[in-house]
Amino acid sequence: MTDQTLTVRFFARLREELGTEELTLPADKAQTAGDLLASLARRGGPWAQLQGSQPVMIAINQAMVKPATPVKAGDEVAFFPPVTGG
Amino acid sequence: MISIQTEDFDSGAEYTALRDSGAGTGAIATFTGLVRDSGDTQEVSGLFLEHYPGMTEQVIAGLVEEASRRWDVRKARVIHRVGRLLLQEQIVFVGVCSAHRGDAFAACEFIMDALKTSAPFWKKELSEAGEHWVEQKASDVARGEAWEK
Repeated sequence: MTDQTLTVRFFARLREELGTEELTLPADKAQTAGDLLASLARRGGPWAQLQGSQPVMIAINQAMVKPATPVKAGDEVAFFPPVTGG
Repeated sequence: MISIQTEDFDSGAEYTALRDSGAGTGAIATFTGLVRDSGDTQEVSGLFLEHYPGMTEQVIAGLVEEASRRWDVRKARVIHRVGRLLLQEQIVFVGVCSAHRGDAFAACEFIMDALKTSAPFWKKELSEAGEHWVEQKASDVARGEAWEK
């Protein structure tokens, strides 16, 4: 059986404020990474910040992408604040 | 070689290892970043560093490859620590071996600048007053973008 889900991961401030490190969602929930972000933001409460004033970076399968990038079953989608290493 | 680790590193030993990069190497540039006492907040007592395992290594490997296309790079070493770090501890090391100093300086600075704006690490400042996730700086973004020209 093929995997019909997406793995969604959150890092840093988003991980803490959403109280969520990882979610498994049905893959048919969203066409693009931006759709997925919007559907999560509609959960309200702290989730609304996913479409708030602070930028949210997106990676699919560990590579940075734009919101218009399609998502498909089996993908690992990550949302995180702008990076601050070094 | 790229290492993401919680433990400290010996920058002297790293430099010695970089010297073993062939008779064509005429210059080695290294950079070490430390935890300092003020950032977004004052009286910082330490940092907590989070990363995205797997993606971090891939992004940095891409930066080293790009540096190798743009400049003469005979050997490169990147170490970045994660987890809880105290004041004055070492955070990051970048070392580059080149034939000439211009390439060594440029490649080392490029890797460091691009790492700051593209490698998935996040810093949280710890102080008596509490914890604060560091915000990305416009000046860091500008330095990263300057290399794209």
